Amino acid sequence: MDVVVCVKQIPDPADPGELNPDTKTLKRDTKLILDESDSYGVEMALQLVDAAGSGEVRLVSMTPGGETGGLRTALAMGAESAILVSDEALAGSDSLSTAKVLAAAIKRSNPDLILTATESSDGYTGTVPEQVAEILGLPSVTFGKEVSVDGEQATIKRQTESGYDVVDCPLPAVISVTAGVVEPRYPSFKGIMAAKNKPVEELDLAALGIDPTTVGWAGARQEITEIADAAAREAGEVIVDEGEAHERIMAFLDDLKVL
Amino acid sequence: MGFAKIWVHGEASDGVVASITLELLAKARELADSVEVVIAGDADSVAAELGDHGASVVHSIGSLDNGLAGPRIASAIADACSQGSGPDVLLCGTTYDGRDVAGRLSAKLDTPVITNVVDLKPDGDRLLGHEPVFGGTKDVFTGTTVEGLDIFVVRPKSFVAESTGGGPASVSTLQVGDLGNTGTAVVKDQFVEESSGPRLDEANIVVSGGRGLGEPEKYEMIEKLASLVKGAPGASRAVVDAGWVPYSYQVGQTGKVVKPTVYLACGISGATQHLVGMKGSANIIAINKDEEAPIFGIADLGIVGDVHKVLPKLIEALEAQ
Ligand SMILES: Cc1cc2nc3c(=O)[nH]c(=O)nc-3n(C[C@H](O)[C@@H](O)[C@@H](O)COP(=O)(O)OP(=O)(O)OC[C@H]3O[C@@H](n4cnc5c(N)ncnc54)[C@H](O)[C@@H]3O)c2cc1C
Ligand SMILES: Cc1cc2nc3c(=O)[nH]c(=O)nc-3n(C[C@H](O)[C@H](O)[C@H](O)COP(=O)(O)OP(=O)(O)OC[C@H]3O[C@@H](n4cnc5c(N)ncnc54)[C@H](O)[C@@H]3O)c2cc1C
Repeated sequence: MDVVVCVKQIPDPADPGELNPDTKTLKRDTKLILDESDSYGVEMALQLVDAAGSGEVRLVSMTPGGETGGLRTALAMGAESAILVSDEALAGSDSLSTAKVLAAAIKRSNPDLILTATESSDGYTGTVPEQVAEILGLPSVTFGKEVSVDGEQATIKRQTESGYDVVDCPLPAVISVTAGVVEPRYPSFKGIMAAKNKPVEELDLAALGIDPTTVGWAGARQEITEIADAAAREAGEVIVDEGEAHERIMAFLDDLKVL
Repeated sequence: MGFAKIWVHGEASDGVVASITLELLAKARELADSVEVVIAGDADSVAAELGDHGASVVHSIGSLDNGLAGPRIASAIADACSQGSGPDVLLCGTTYDGRDVAGRLSAKLDTPVITNVVDLKPDGDRLLGHEPVFGGTKDVFTGTTVEGLDIFVVRPKSFVAESTGGGPASVSTLQVGDLGNTGTAVVKDQFVEESSGPRLDEANIVVSGGRGLGEPEKYEMIEKLASLVKGAPGASRAVVDAGWVPYSYQVGQTGKVVKPTVYLACGISGATQHLVGMKGSANIIAINKDEEAPIFGIADLGIVGDVHKVLPKLIEALEAQ
């Protein structure tokens, strides 16, 4: 069974972002890393291929600047190869343009299963997985907490408001997985060394047959009209507990008449 | 563009309309002349409640027959749009099915979708979505630049649901066309995780625990406290990822947004991604042993102290009441 995992390479979330005041979009001049949210998809794919006994895990990623840092991490975990779609015209892409590009790249590899995270850590629109599925004409199941595959069918535990649903889905399909559902492995030293020589096929838009005016700034068809500082909430009273802080909390709750 | 006619993606279970749907209706009513709902399942059982909240028509796609909502509702709306009977604007909630519908539909109609919206405002003949970014430190306003349907995905608790006293909405059937392979996933079974007390996003008091509790067993203090104040227990992502409690407990950017009367944060540092989910609370109390913890920057009452000392005493005091 061949699995494609969509992995987004993002600036380190620990490093707060900044908006470019001229273009009103994220400044992306820092090194990119593997989005932690996608490390769960990579791990799940490796486990599924292992369980199936054959097949491989391939990665698909899109970024305007040709970065491979995040891909190398996922390759070091055990993925076999990657397709990197990179083109300057991709800068400023919205979620639908992103999905069009990912779908075109996924098609080249014709996998049995496509895994994504439910939402990325930086843009977190959470719409890319369904958009990819629709463009490819595939079924999809979002918010997967557990995935197993039996022949031509996947069974997914899908998170719901009150618990979870068990969903059967014929393959090929797009499945998005939530964070924390598996324990992503740490790349071993051997894995890191091997990753350096694993194939990363770099494609531009022309190679995918995508018109550059339909993606990036040109294709986004949405605009930010205004950026403002959010109203800050004021800090209140801070006391140091000397053994009686619980009384202060009780009095606070009493005043609000919530008890 | 234009927003004279707004449709809300309706969600309901067992004849009860989800609060997010009623919240979206309240805002839609403020913005548009014509407010309608598109929903799957037994539309007749919810037509009265939806009408009471301002919907004039409920477009029913009928039973899902164990299929998933996303492809079916998206296909029905796309057909309505291509026949000229669709809305100008579709509002979906940031929910499991809401995002599916919005994503599918945007790809079908080749139109953008504006997500993580917490407010909507008119800008000429279009609507702008207000998205908080960078952990809620900046507000951006986004609008589309193309003709056709505008899709917004709106976070729960952005608006306050309000009854209008209106009569029941009329129910009309909306056809679902051929789904090809896109509709082949089938729900085989449903599991409800046991929980007592109010729902996290509807509770009047939320008691949340974080990594500062030290070990999973200590989370019991949070559950005990929550039950004593008839509230709901919540958690930071750190303890959800560590497997102490299920994802459904998570408050924050990638979890639930809560706006209770009181939010009590215990052993939570106050990372921006956590704050996005709770800083709309009317009152915030924080207990943290580090006086520099960012959570104190937004707390109305901050206790610099050890949760293992303060919480047992607080539990005792509440039990004595
Ligand atoms: C603060 C902010 C707000 C934004 N708001 C919007 C908005 O309202 N509407 C909009 O259309 N766009 C918006 N964008 C742009 C959007 O987020 C894009 O960056 C888009 O390229 C990807 O969307 P996402 O990261 O939100 O995807 P999500 O749907 O959140 O991603 C889900 C999964 O899809 C896969 N995936 C997504 N992108 C890639 C990629 N480049 N390579 C490989 N796999 C990928 C990954 O598995 C990922 O975990 C916003 C961006 C930012 C920074
Ligand atoms: C893309 C993204 C999305 C995220 N989404 C979310 C989200 O939805 N929700 C969320 O919560 N987080 C989210 N996070 C994670 C977030 O950044 C923080 O890592 C997380 O909130 C930290 O949880 P915490 O406060 O429990 O742990 P920590 O940050 O480790 O804080 C523990 C606190 O406990 C205090 N403490 C320790 N011992 C005691 C004691 N005995 N008594 C009292 N206090 C004590 C410490 O002083 C410290 O302040 C997200 C992160 C990213 C990158």
